[in-house]
Amino acid sequence: MNLWVLIGVVAVLTVVLRALGPVVLGGRDLPSRFDGVIVLLAGPLLAALVVASALAEGRQLQVDSSTAGVAVGGVLLWRDVHVVVAVVVAAAVTAGLRAVGLP
Amino acid sequence: MPAPESFRRGLRLGTPFAVAGLLLSASFGVLAVQTGLSAWQAVTMSAVVHAGSAQFAILSVLASGGGFLPAVAAAGLMNARFLAMGMALAPSVPGRPLSRAVQAQGMVDPSWVLADRHDGTFDRWLMFGATLPQYVTFVTGTALGAFGGDLLGDTDRFGFDAVFPTFFLALLIVELRRPESRWVAVVGGAVALALVPFAPPGVPILAAAVTALVGLAPSRVAR
Repeated sequence: MNLWVLIGVVAVLTVVLRALGPVVLGGRDLPSRFDGVIVLLAGPLLAALVVASALAEGRQLQVDSSTAGVAVGGVLLWRDVHVVVAVVVAAAVTAGLRAVGLP
Repeated sequence: MPAPESFRRGLRLGTPFAVAGLLLSASFGVLAVQTGLSAWQAVTMSAVVHAGSAQFAILSVLASGGGFLPAVAAAGLMNARFLAMGMALAPSVPGRPLSRAVQAQGMVDPSWVLADRHDGTFDRWLMFGATLPQYVTFVTGTALGAFGGDLLGDTDRFGFDAVFPTFFLALLIVELRRPESRWVAVVGGAVALALVPFAPPGVPILAAAVTALVGLAPSRVAR
């Protein structure tokens, strides 16, 4: 397989996926009832991104040290700790658990 | 907010995500070279695709011996959420079609969320401002990982893989504190979780986005 061709095709595909909405629908207002959908979109999208990035490895649900790290980070965030602190703690907890031999 | 002010605000809000992106893309660079890409191929992919989740999906297909089409399909599914995000962004992006297409390239997840005004519109200059530092560190981090991977070794050792989920969680918690979007977010997350074992990566995210269609329900429009 030519990896350069793969990179080119994926790049074009991604450009198109990003552009399609604004090109086809842009420059005019959508019917106002779609505002209700747009307002709600960020929540489920973010929840799914958290699930996918923290718990999924391909099609497997995977709980490992990083899950614990992210959970600790989440508790700190919920208690209004600054996001950068929460991220550093999450990574540190993950690294610490791996250092003692957990997956 | 005037454009320059929005842009500067975006730069400021995007910077923590740029730092996280540096770690994420360094991990990508290391893994890409281990998977068989050359360092320049890894850097080029980050520069022209700039979508971490899709790029990792490609690597996992290649690592498991998958071919060209499965790799493209994995990236396409991972990035299919940009369709939904782009439709939401559309009314906020003015200009001719080509201009709108170019502006849409500034769309990455954190910037799109930060630019969301929660009234059906987006602050496009804030989005561009937030994406700029993320783009720079994403390409830089990939180069560091790809060319210096031997020095870094296995980046999981440092807990880098906990970085991005925690950032997404920070954005999610903001959404969870808004009563009108809380339950849709919870349902969307549950849908994604339930689909992970049964659908290719990317589809659970897309399915979660579809739950936002409850916003069409008349009771919500009336509010």
